[in-house]
Amino acid sequence: MTTLLYDGSFDGLLTAVFEVFEYRYKDVEIISKGRFHQENIFAEIHDVITQGDKAERVFNKLEQNIGKSGINQLLKVYLSEDPGSEQIILSAIRQSIQLPQENILLNYADPDILKVSKICKSVDRETHRMTAFVRFEKMQDDVFFAKIDPDFNVLPLIRKHFKDRYQDQKWMIYDLRRHYGILYDLENCDFFYPDEKLNLEQYQQKFHDEETQYQKLWQRYFTKTNIVERKNLKLHIQHVPRRYWKYLTEKT
Amino acid sequence: MNFDRLKEKLEILADAAKYDVSCSSSGGTRKNKKGALGDSSASGICHTYTEDGRCVSLLKILLTNHCIYDCAYCVSRSSNDIKRAAFTVEEVVDLTINFYRRNYIEGLFLSSGIFKNADTTMERLVRVAKKLRLEENFNGYIHLKSIPGASDELMEEAALYADRLSINLEIPTESGLKLLAPEKNRADMISPMRYIQNGIAQYKDEKKIFRKVPKFAPAGQSTQMIVGATNENDLQIIKVADHFYKNFNLKRVYYSGYVPVLEDKRLPSLTTEVPMLRENRLYQSDWLMRFYGFKAEEILDPNIPFLDLEIDPKLSWALRNLQQFPVNLQTADYQMILRIPGIGLKTAKKIVHARRFQVLNMEHLTKLGAAVNRAKYFIDFNSGNMYLRYLTDKNFRKLLIGGSASKFHNQFSQQLSLF
Ligand code: SF4
Repeated sequence: MTTLLYDGSFDGLLTAVFEVFEYRYKDVEIISKGRFHQENIFAEIHDVITQGDKAERVFNKLEQNIGKSGINQLLKVYLSEDPGSEQIILSAIRQSIQLPQENILLNYADPDILKVSKICKSVDRETHRMTAFVRFEKMQDDVFFAKIDPDFNVLPLIRKHFKDRYQDQKWMIYDLRRHYGILYDLENCDFFYPDEKLNLEQYQQKFHDEETQYQKLWQRYFTKTNIVERKNLKLHIQHVPRRYWKYLTEKT
Repeated sequence: MNFDRLKEKLEILADAAKYDVSCSSSGGTRKNKKGALGDSSASGICHTYTEDGRCVSLLKILLTNHCIYDCAYCVSRSSNDIKRAAFTVEEVVDLTINFYRRNYIEGLFLSSGIFKNADTTMERLVRVAKKLRLEENFNGYIHLKSIPGASDELMEEAALYADRLSINLEIPTESGLKLLAPEKNRADMISPMRYIQNGIAQYKDEKKIFRKVPKFAPAGQSTQMIVGATNENDLQIIKVADHFYKNFNLKRVYYSGYVPVLEDKRLPSLTTEVPMLRENRLYQSDWLMRFYGFKAEEILDPNIPFLDLEIDPKLSWALRNLQQFPVNLQTADYQMILRIPGIGLKTAKKIVHARRFQVLNMEHLTKLGAAVNRAKYFIDFNSGNMYLRYLTDKNFRKLLIGGSASKFHNQFSQQLSLF
């Protein structure tokens, strides 16, 4: 058994896959350094150094075989941070290399491919929920600020959505769990990685004057648009699971 | 801005608008122009859900609940003694923009009671949309109610700024409408719909020739029917829906189970349950017509003009057409796979992909997302299927019902006791 350790980036992962083929490893696992704790005494360690050209060669091959949308699916598996994600991606790529003419990701009867499709579905759902449940709060400096805490690392997947939508206001979305965010300053829309966790204490005191008023209006609207005679809390919770409530202005 | 006054108006006018269920933001494709606000994508987003479990996608309000008409089923009717309020155009614009900026909503759904006359009302609605588009550069979703009897000129303008327009038929049959809304007539509702439909068709033609034609109600038209306020049957409702899908190219027909809010001898009593299960069955039927290739006549038999409350319309069709089963998953065409109870659109697609790679069996089916406890009776595999013997069993229907606990169980038993 050989263990390939990579730096946790997607390019690093593709480099690792390249080297699995390069060194003809059969019995192999790929693990992110950040997640590698216990040394398997029987495993041989192979340190992967991320190399753009190797990653690109895998990428191009995949693009031929399964297209952009196929790569996108594998990217989602990666962003899911699922403990088995590297193995699943490796397995899918191996199958694709064996059957280059087919879009192997359609073979739902294969357990690993089915997992790809399942994980993509969960990641898509979380992505969609984030586009829906992000709540911006206007701050004194006119920036619309939102905090999120998604189950999967979906920030890269929602950037375009918000970039297209809000072009005439400054905004920021910050992932509390992974400590990074997206910032749009009316010109650029980039990821930012603060050195320290953002200090969110006394956050509400930095609200813009009108902010609480609009929050109140929204809360009243939310209450009034409900039809009491049709109350169905089970359905409500199914659509808005409790773990999202803390971010929803209308649920506070 | 006087926030207290605004809050009071919002409470009254959101409350009065809540019975309109046609609140979706789908079908809009307004791309953001550089540096502007908003972008609507075709699929629409539910930003939250009310406690009754319905999607909140748009700020849904009335411009005013003052109304000169007296439709029996409507809380805003003139003879109802309630608080009245009216927004200014600026207030609606301000709320929409500020809610949108905070990602609460996809846009605005603006309806109104009829004050003075149809044109004055329509003109005010159009002014809101126009201000949002031209002054605020807003590219979010706008759904405007068309006021029955509004002039063609105003409808034309409305279609330039709104994504979707709708007129609610409310009462499915003409006789029902006469009884409950004697001042309204169906012709006044139909003519603006026809006008918009022709406009959309013309837009599509021109679009083929010229590249830049101003958008014309790009998300089309919809309508809503109240279910259970009069004594129409489901076949009539489905036929009306089918008629409007076919002849008016409607994007959606919504069904709204009547919520008894008013005492009136023409209406069901205040203690009547909201017919949620019936409403649900109508949506399922609507779905079958729009996505599963079912025809209206297949869904209901003229001799039994009500939908089966015990089982869904697809299963009901299958039981009436047992001679079409079993279906072989390996060879049947996609349309027929879609008709197997327990197999939805996505699963059907996956099946036709996956079967190119291997011979499918029951286990695959579970993994592909089918409701196997139902589907298993209707499918033939190359390797055979022992459940098929039930297909000819006299008690087949009972077996199927016993195997699935209805989420509407409670309500269902109440409905049963009516018969
Ligand atoms: S015209 Fe519209 S608002 Fe007025 S009473 Fe009738 S349904 Fe209600």
